[in-house]
Amino acid sequence: MKYLDEYRDPALARRLVDEIRRTAKRPWVLMEICGGQTHTLVKCGIEELLGSAVELVHGPGCPVCVTPLEIVDKAIAIASIPEVVFVSYGDMLRVPGSTGDLFRVKASGGDVRIAYSPMDALRLARENPQRPVVFFAVGFETTAPANAMAAWQAKREGLRNFSMLVSHVLVPPAIRLLLDSPANRVEGFIAPGHVCTVMGYEEYEELAARYRVPFVVGGFEPLDLLEAIRLLVRQLEEGRAEVENAYARSVTRAGNLAARERMTEVFEVADRNWRGIGPIAQSGFRLRAEYAAFDAEKVFGVEAISASEPPECISALVLQGLKKPVDCPVFGTRCTPETPMGAPMVSSEGACAAYYRYRRHIAPVGAQA
Amino acid sequence: MSGPLEFTCPVPLAVKDRIVLGHGSGGKLSAELLHDVFLPYFRSPILNRLDDQAVIEIGGARLAFTTDSFVVKPLFFRGGDIGSLAVNGTVNDLAMGGATPLYLSAGFILEEGLDMETLRRVAESMGRAAEAVPVEIVTGDTKVVEKGKGDGLFINTTGIGLVPEGVRLTPALVRPGDRVLLSGSIGDHGIAILAEREGIRFSTDLASDCAPLHGLVAAMLAASLDIRTMRDPTRGGLSSALNEIAVRAGVGITIEESAIPVREEVRGACEMLGLDPLYVANEGKLVAFVEPHAAEAVLEAMRRHPLGRDAALVGTVTDTHAGLVLLRTPFGTRRIVDMLPGDQLPRIC
Repeated sequence: MKYLDEYRDPALARRLVDEIRRTAKRPWVLMEICGGQTHTLVKCGIEELLGSAVELVHGPGCPVCVTPLEIVDKAIAIASIPEVVFVSYGDMLRVPGSTGDLFRVKASGGDVRIAYSPMDALRLARENPQRPVVFFAVGFETTAPANAMAAWQAKREGLRNFSMLVSHVLVPPAIRLLLDSPANRVEGFIAPGHVCTVMGYEEYEELAARYRVPFVVGGFEPLDLLEAIRLLVRQLEEGRAEVENAYARSVTRAGNLAARERMTEVFEVADRNWRGIGPIAQSGFRLRAEYAAFDAEKVFGVEAISASEPPECISALVLQGLKKPVDCPVFGTRCTPETPMGAPMVSSEGACAAYYRYRRHIAPVGAQA
Repeated sequence: MSGPLEFTCPVPLAVKDRIVLGHGSGGKLSAELLHDVFLPYFRSPILNRLDDQAVIEIGGARLAFTTDSFVVKPLFFRGGDIGSLAVNGTVNDLAMGGATPLYLSAGFILEEGLDMETLRRVAESMGRAAEAVPVEIVTGDTKVVEKGKGDGLFINTTGIGLVPEGVRLTPALVRPGDRVLLSGSIGDHGIAILAEREGIRFSTDLASDCAPLHGLVAAMLAASLDIRTMRDPTRGGLSSALNEIAVRAGVGITIEESAIPVREEVRGACEMLGLDPLYVANEGKLVAFVEPHAAEAVLEAMRRHPLGRDAALVGTVTDTHAGLVLLRTPFGTRRIVDMLPGDQLPRIC
């Protein structure tokens, strides 16, 4: 298939792997931020190919996994209101809240629908003017422009029955949190390609300079990721800490200016709670005051719902690269995708779920306590 | 801050108290439902074999007996409709036992207000599909539910067929070394339905592969009786069919990603929608486990049949990793092909 097969060529992959293994004089610890990248790395067995040249640590960039418990509880509360049409991206439906998930709301008669775009929710709102339509606006900077566009469009059209439950998170504050931790082991980052498509990579230049850590913007196909790893290893061996772009077919330094403008118009930066991590200051988006009429939390009065999670699994250590998912005592036994105990097991993009799905036949590798 | 960051986790959650859509997906939840709710009460050694069909002996004849319900939406789609699906689906369950299909029953649950012309078209399609097999629809039933209590039209079909002398197909016979043959491209039906439902257009004519497979099966059995078992990978896709056999036979299965035929438009749609063709439904494909010495002859027989033109050797049975299906990627690495817990969910990004 054009534009995909080129980036999955096994012979080219072998060449990149050989070069990485030749260049690396010691095992470097690299982190990919984005869950989509984790998915490709684990699915293709890229760690297995790289052997001891590189240790890959899977970052907190799975939007489903990090959506906080109280937001899932709010989603369930809103979706359970009889007249509401609750619209969500598919993989949010299985995420457990305190007492259930959206699938169970649906099974109990709630009108919960899966959509690929917030524009589908907008269309439902136009077609059903008598019913409140709520879109579950989660994700990183990647999904924020489309969600901003939906709110902007709804305001322009004066749609009164459309609102959004917003739980947007931002990548750079999470990286800062990891790098500030004294236990940090990560020496280089694959920056998230789709986030950078929207945001550009100037923010990562600041991080690279401040923490003396290299970043390479990476795509999502196996060759994209191997090229990003090759560039990171070269920087590390040469003692450089710069930002390079290995996903130039999608990413520019400034990003998508029109999308950023629309996001800034609709959203403002706010403190956010991350599931499995906790509160991070200035780490997400909320709707601006001018868009209060489209804020589902206000419309349905669920702002006060709160929830807390008992510490159970080792996701903290997994997300910092101190442990691999397979090192967890409950991995694959009490904690599975059907009964997730930790955030990284919830979505297929989570590190634990990716390991469970693709690699649980392999003995623990590269773990260090 | 000193030491590792203090992160926390959600509590476990079980979905045991209510039916969710995933219970009908053909994945792990469906299997749980069988084992937790039905098998303990029905207590049948024949049912406990969990083949696609029950094979029973009556008066010296070995009969294959099976039932299936059809709830597809939309009712009409490119390459078929709920009527042809209801006939071919049950015919295929009989065929996977090596049986010659003989008779079908047809049960209809109709929603009040259903357009009569729609029902007529479905009945006509069923008649045509049955004639093509041929199989006779000899008994039936109709119930009507109030408006809003059904989704237009549900069909159940039950089928009886005759298993020829010398034919015995069951996962219990699968042994390490056996070859895994697939009759053609995967995912056509599921993606054709999804495309119809979501209004996705392709530059080519992707259609459901809905077809009766008994002719193909007969051709394969004529080539060799050393076929151990067969499955038609319907809901849950190829991965569910292979996982079921790996677990039932207590063996490992390794398949080659590059050997599995997937149409370009199916691959494209799956890439766009974040789905994996290995989990997408088929309605006119089969996967067969064949003794190594007979694999070539059976594969050739498949390729000579119109429904097996693109048949391929896709894997082998191993004595390692029992109960697991592994896939060798084009990069030479291996990964697990799991049975999904419920329906495949489109990812956010």
